[in-house]
Amino acid sequence: MPTDPVIEVAGVTKTFAGVRALSEVDFTLHRGEVHALVGENGAGKSTLIKVLTGIHTPDSGRVGRNGRISTIYQEVNLVPLMSVSANLFLGREPRTRFGLIDRARRDAEAAEILKGYGITADVRAPLGTLAVGEQQMVALARAVAADADVVIMDEPTSSLEPREVETLLGVVDRLHEAGIAIIYVSHRMDELYRICDTVTVLRDGRNVHSGPLADLPRIELVSLMLGRSVNEIRKHGTTAFGEGHHAGAQPVLEAVGLTSRPRIDGVSVSIRPGEVVGLAGLLGSGRTETAKAIIGALPLDGGTVLVAGQPVPHSVKGSTRAGISMLAEDRKTEGIIPNLSVRENIVLAALPRLSRFGITSRARQDRIVDTFVTRLRIKVSSPEQKVAELSGGNQQKVLLARWLCTEPKILLLDEPTRGIDVGAKAEVQALIDELAREGLAVLLISSELDELLDGADRLVVLRDGTVAGELEGDQLTREHVLAAIAAEVRDDADSDGSD
Amino acid sequence: MMTAERPTVVQKTAARTKVLQRQGAAVALVLMVAVSWLVFPRFGSIDNMRDLALQGAFLVVIALGMTFVIITGGIDLSVGSVYALGGVLAAWGSQYGFLVALVLPLVVCGLIGLVNGLLIARTNMAPFIVTLASLLFARGLLLVITDEGATTYQIPADSAFVELGRGTVSGFGYPIFIAAVLCVVGGAVLNRTGFGQNVFATGGAEQSAILMGVPIARTKVLVYTMSGTLAGLAGALTAAYLQSGVTVIGVGLELDAIAVVVIGGTLLTGGMGTVLGTVIGVGLIKVIQNVINQIGTLDSNYQSVVSGVFLLIVVVLQRILRR
Repeated sequence: MPTDPVIEVAGVTKTFAGVRALSEVDFTLHRGEVHALVGENGAGKSTLIKVLTGIHTPDSGRVGRNGRISTIYQEVNLVPLMSVSANLFLGREPRTRFGLIDRARRDAEAAEILKGYGITADVRAPLGTLAVGEQQMVALARAVAADADVVIMDEPTSSLEPREVETLLGVVDRLHEAGIAIIYVSHRMDELYRICDTVTVLRDGRNVHSGPLADLPRIELVSLMLGRSVNEIRKHGTTAFGEGHHAGAQPVLEAVGLTSRPRIDGVSVSIRPGEVVGLAGLLGSGRTETAKAIIGALPLDGGTVLVAGQPVPHSVKGSTRAGISMLAEDRKTEGIIPNLSVRENIVLAALPRLSRFGITSRARQDRIVDTFVTRLRIKVSSPEQKVAELSGGNQQKVLLARWLCTEPKILLLDEPTRGIDVGAKAEVQALIDELAREGLAVLLISSELDELLDGADRLVVLRDGTVAGELEGDQLTREHVLAAIAAEVRDDADSDGSD
Repeated sequence: MMTAERPTVVQKTAARTKVLQRQGAAVALVLMVAVSWLVFPRFGSIDNMRDLALQGAFLVVIALGMTFVIITGGIDLSVGSVYALGGVLAAWGSQYGFLVALVLPLVVCGLIGLVNGLLIARTNMAPFIVTLASLLFARGLLLVITDEGATTYQIPADSAFVELGRGTVSGFGYPIFIAAVLCVVGGAVLNRTGFGQNVFATGGAEQSAILMGVPIARTKVLVYTMSGTLAGLAGALTAAYLQSGVTVIGVGLELDAIAVVVIGGTLLTGGMGTVLGTVIGVGLIKVIQNVINQIGTLDSNYQSVVSGVFLLIVVVLQRILRR
């Protein structure tokens, strides 16, 4: 490996409002190196990246940069209303002789570049009309096309489906070969070990380990991140789901032939009390739509939802009254109200039940909130703390608490562990497990196959808005699920030929 | 070239939104003109057309600046006052010659816009408040230099400056051509320059734009400076046309400017808009006004009623189509 460093950071400390985000961190990135940056949420990864890119100035320490840095973020940071090609070339558009932007050339070049990233959508369309995965790919293409010497990728795959992940990792390989240095931030071990040469582990704002990745056993890496001993992790594992659940005989939820064109067509799902049913499938296969159809948030062309054999009126109000609750995929836009306190966020959904003549009893609220904060192990300084100040994992628990205090019989969880760190993830998974044990019927949606395979008693595999298969018992393996999903990939390849 | 893909629902919606937002106003304008032509014999006369175009020209110049401001996600409430101030400054300056009469309002009004922009970009204060303050400031300044409106500066009828407002080419006033040239240049700047792209990016997603290296602050400073300068120019042209610096004009004009921009399909929340749409928006408002004047028996205040209803329809449509 060349020894020429493109980034060299020594003894960097950064403090926000008295909280130390980085403390005496050393970090070196060499030319042509793929460097994994790992750590739990709040470990200081984002702060370090912002120091590297110059967005933050460190309180003390030295930052040496020797080249251009481009960054792509976990959430797509592009402009949805502008066209794909305008986003790709913003700030360095090709010009005509008169110095005006050459739109024809810009569009043609954008289409050409994006083809290399597997995107064939109309580059003149607004970026916001693309799928999230495609948008992420445009962001990546933009970062790379800027002639960067260093590309920083902050959880680039968290919103991608498996096929898109492959494309992205392929691009990383290409950059690697071209001698571009990469800082790769991810929670996904498989990806890290596949593409990274070296690793830096941050914990509580300190660099606790830097070195070659291949020499470091996975369990050792996790132990460095969590600060727990290897033995402890061996005993409990990294996913926290227990063994199967004892499900009741009669399904408590029966969704029959749910149809909402063009997203889902004739999807049926049933769940028994105490059972966790997983919804598997690629992004866009209709997983979220199925859950939304069950809760009554998606207009239906056909199908019914029965709870304990009784039909449920198709509305969120009706479903909630019947005992269905849903934890939405996007915490930020569909759940959390950041400026309200933990207490206010939790009791929001239960307020109608806690009120008499429109007046709520504060004492009853406090009792309920206390119960859930303890039970779900939500880390807060006080119930009056603003939710915005909590970590992702704790925000997710607050949302879970909100729905649990409505005492649901059926819980629909859409990506409950997305974007939260390894430790909190295990806790949320353990909670789901506990809830099922207590007799709750759970529908679990996750793009992480391992999470589904470990957590669910039964899997319903969706493909193109229809049920492609149901798996249980011995069939709950990676191979079976992929086989059920695979048909779609073949279909896609066929239809790609149309012009 | 691109392969023909099956358009997704989102793309169809986007396409429909575009048609209704941009062409919607154009369709309404064509219908209005066609009906008025048939119903009112005088409407289609060349004299009336010249009148309409000239009436629209002043508003177009102001609304052009407003279009840029609104696309960045901002608002400029000061343009009505700045317009009036520009007129008074031009009239006062005309005693020192053509150049002073033209340049003085542009510089002073541009400075007011520059201060607006600097305050908004550097201190992160809300554009609404900052420009409300400069609305009051500009109106106050105007009253000070005119002895509380008691003095109306006249422009000598033989001065070259009057020609700028009253000169014609085949009966069409110079301001019409000035507005047209500004719109063509404005459209090119918006769509074909880096600055224009920055304007869209700033209003479309400010945080992302920062991370993409867009100079947000500079962009904002520029659009408010532009808006102030253009309002000053519109004022100067009006003064040249009226041959005096009328002190009572421009009250509430900022709201007309915002209305025509939004009717023209520019999103009030920023990130999307066109100069052509704004011109069409001005056309609509002016045709409505013209028709109500033609009816004669109708109170001229109905013009505001109709414009208001129109604006509401457009905003409701934008809301629905954006989901």
